[in-house]
Amino acid sequence: MLQGWFIVLASFAYLGVLFAIAWYSDRRADAGHSIIANPTIYALSLAVYCTTWTYYGSVGRAAATGIGFLPIYLGPTLMMTLWWFAMLKMIRIAKANRLTSIADFVAARYGKSHLLGGLVTIIAVVGVVPYIALQLKAVSNSFSILLHYPAIVMPARANAVPLLQDSTLYVALILAAFTILFGTRHLDATERHEGMVAAIAFESVVKLLAFIAVGLFVTFDLYGGFTDIFARASNEPKLDALLRFDGDYSSWASLTFLSMAAIMLLPRQFQIAVVENVNENHLRRAVWQFPLYLLLINLFVLPITLGGLLHFDNGEVDADTFVLTLPMAFHQQGLALLAFIGGLSAATGMVIVETIALSTMICNDLIMPIMLRWQWLGLSQRVDLSWQLLNIRRWAIVIILLLGYLYFRVAGEAYALVGIGLISFSAVAQFAPVIIGALYWKGGTRPGALAGLSAGFLVWGYTLLLPSFAKSGWLPSDFVESGLFGATLLKPQQLFGLTGLDEIAHCLFWSMLANIGAYLGVSLLRQPNVREAGQATLFVDALRVAQAPGARFWRGSAHVRDLLPLIGRFLGPEKARDAFNQYAQRRGVESLDKLEADADLVLYAEGLLAGAIGSASARVMVASVVQEEALGLDEVMNILDEASQMRAYSRQLERQSRELSAATHNLRTANERLKELDRLKDDFMSTITHELRTPLTSIRAFSEMLRDDPRTDLEERKRFLGIIVAEAERLTRLINQVLDLAKIESGKAEWHTAEVDLREVILQSVDAASQLFKERGIALDMDLPDSVPPVLADRDRLIQVMINLLSNAVKFCVPKAGVVTVRIRPATDTLQVDIADNGPGIRREDQTIIFEKFRQGGQSSDVLTGKPQGTGLGLPISRQIIEHYRGRLWVESAPEDGRAGATFSFTLPVGFLGRLKDEEEHA
Amino acid sequence: MNRSRLTGQRLVAAFLLGCILFNYPLLFLFNRGTHLFGIPLLYAYIFLAWAGLIALMAWIIERRSD
Repeated sequence: MLQGWFIVLASFAYLGVLFAIAWYSDRRADAGHSIIANPTIYALSLAVYCTTWTYYGSVGRAAATGIGFLPIYLGPTLMMTLWWFAMLKMIRIAKANRLTSIADFVAARYGKSHLLGGLVTIIAVVGVVPYIALQLKAVSNSFSILLHYPAIVMPARANAVPLLQDSTLYVALILAAFTILFGTRHLDATERHEGMVAAIAFESVVKLLAFIAVGLFVTFDLYGGFTDIFARASNEPKLDALLRFDGDYSSWASLTFLSMAAIMLLPRQFQIAVVENVNENHLRRAVWQFPLYLLLINLFVLPITLGGLLHFDNGEVDADTFVLTLPMAFHQQGLALLAFIGGLSAATGMVIVETIALSTMICNDLIMPIMLRWQWLGLSQRVDLSWQLLNIRRWAIVIILLLGYLYFRVAGEAYALVGIGLISFSAVAQFAPVIIGALYWKGGTRPGALAGLSAGFLVWGYTLLLPSFAKSGWLPSDFVESGLFGATLLKPQQLFGLTGLDEIAHCLFWSMLANIGAYLGVSLLRQPNVREAGQATLFVDALRVAQAPGARFWRGSAHVRDLLPLIGRFLGPEKARDAFNQYAQRRGVESLDKLEADADLVLYAEGLLAGAIGSASARVMVASVVQEEALGLDEVMNILDEASQMRAYSRQLERQSRELSAATHNLRTANERLKELDRLKDDFMSTITHELRTPLTSIRAFSEMLRDDPRTDLEERKRFLGIIVAEAERLTRLINQVLDLAKIESGKAEWHTAEVDLREVILQSVDAASQLFKERGIALDMDLPDSVPPVLADRDRLIQVMINLLSNAVKFCVPKAGVVTVRIRPATDTLQVDIADNGPGIRREDQTIIFEKFRQGGQSSDVLTGKPQGTGLGLPISRQIIEHYRGRLWVESAPEDGRAGATFSFTLPVGFLGRLKDEEEHA
Repeated sequence: MNRSRLTGQRLVAAFLLGCILFNYPLLFLFNRGTHLFGIPLLYAYIFLAWAGLIALMAWIIERRSD
């Protein structure tokens, strides 16, 4: 049996668990192990969106309109796709400027305006109070229903109960006390509440599980699953209508739009999504996990609705209570209690976050500015105001909840839960134009924002809020029925005769028209002034500018000795000192005394203060202790221009540095190449001197023998002289070739290019070398076509190459048995000449060496000098010549495979003189 | 940078897709008295499309980290 005391005890036990979670989380956070630094916790805490409105009200709305409850959840799902842009930007802006509420956000964007912050606060409070009333109503209703267990008795009308016996009042007071304990234990410059977020995430899990538990019970225990419920519902004509959409698309679209705005702009959503955000990357997970949560919590709405309508077919039980009354009707005590706790968690979560967010706004954007203005003297005398600030917030929380209670007494009975919630959503949607403008449009001004918000708010009040009072009988209802002063055109819910829309869509259309119209119209009346333009840049370019240029908008002089006490008065002296010390450390300054009060420090101090008392008040306070120079609009514009120029310069700089590094790389490789060439030159020099010394030595040796030994006989003398002459010739040849090679390599060689007939060149070369062939007894075999196309080359040089290759071939052939073959092989564009011998061949490892200077291969050595014959320059020179004419010279030989001989081949491109000239002109 | 721009475009596309899926006239196409596996067609459509959109969003946004 569920006794009253047991339910109360269970409720307090649940609140106790919440508090324990919050306490534990705060402790962990202080120890540096934040448990809310987790994307899933972030996504769950966002589900504070689902209040008792969702928990109880979705079923109520489904009972009335079928799928009409869904746009409230489809809208946020759509909005989440755009979160990655919009919310990321809002978080960046809020963090950079230490904005702690939606009022602060709007106020800061439009020139740190007190008036605007105050207006947003008032709209938020007035708009959200009905929403809080809804939570109170839900909790107190569910409590009183559960109290009558097992009988199902609908609660009495609230205004029928005397004030002090009304349990809703006590619910309100208990929630106020609980929220104060949660949210205002200490003052934090960032307004973050780790413990609260952990508790909210826990509550989201509880309400989801409770709702799904009830859903499973109804679907699978009471009925035979989804198909069974739907089948039974189809048999009832009244229920069957719910399964179809009755076709009011304007309502559908306007609810979608409202909920899209609400997920961004409700004070509690801003608090959780922006202020309590630990890490931007958590957004990513939330983008799909939060919609998934919404989907899950809506999965059983329809089965519960249909089950309830089928069971309570006499219509005495309010559909808003089905979640609770269905388990009760089937005597499921435990489940009923769980359902009640789930509803309680939905209500407490919403109330805690919403009132904390609202109290911050009331304190920072409503009370502080008034205190600053009227009690400036009293305020300046107090040393530590941080307790004062906390007390303001505590009172604000109590007052908000009492206002909620008041609305509940006055108007709460006239509407179902969802109806009340939609009134709030429509109020909050009024922020949409100025916020979207704040994020993406630089032209919005303070008067424009003021005008837009006021116009939208007034229209909302007239078309939605006042009629809700009238419906409850608190206001005379004739102005709703016949229009203000009897003018039918001014009927609040058929303004200017507009009909065919439901009240929400109607209000939304007129209020948005007024709001957007006034915002754009008034903003466009004048240029943004200095402060508006500066703030606009900080907001609109938030994702582009890596470092806030804010410091450059400030010019003046300040002293640490003025700033520190000022911050201390609001944050507490110790916290202020800590914060300044941290700043000093970051700047690499040893102590506070040496800290220079430059623009950065002033901005830092203002940021600290903004977290505690709001950006507009912080601006006023800081301005009171520092001397500032006003910047002209031109100057601000210049700074902004500079900023964009700086970006351009930095891009240019990046490009140049890339080019520079490329150039450096090129230079380095060039340098390597130079070093290599230098080394090669040294090698060349040492080799060449060595090569020159060998014939010289032998010339000298034989000359000395001739001089010193007169008795040498004539025959001997002749032989000596012969050697001297041969060596001198070799020396001459060597020197000629070295000179030749040097000329070719340095590009100074003279080339007499002309059309040359290769066949003729070969014949002439063979002629010149014929003596050599004869001496050694080597056979020559020629395989030449009758005619070949001409090549472009220097005829004498080609003969030089041919003779070199022929004499090489002769040199390496075995005397008497050697055969040398010369061939021309025409290809499409080239002519290939092969000179093959049947000598010992060239080993693979020698095949590249022989083309290097002074390197010789082979075993054929000169009898006298013990060295291979030749200078070791013939092949390198030949290769240079061939390559000069874009040809190729190589050798093929494979003595390893047992094949004798080596084949030297070169190719030359076929060419005519005309073509060469063309190419030169093009080059 | 390019990667994140691509993600952004995909998300906007998902938004547009969602706007189409959950609005007149597509919604109207499924507004019939018929049932799909015993579930009214309209509900089956909305929840399936919803789940599909969420899956798409998860795919787009989580892909970004690899």
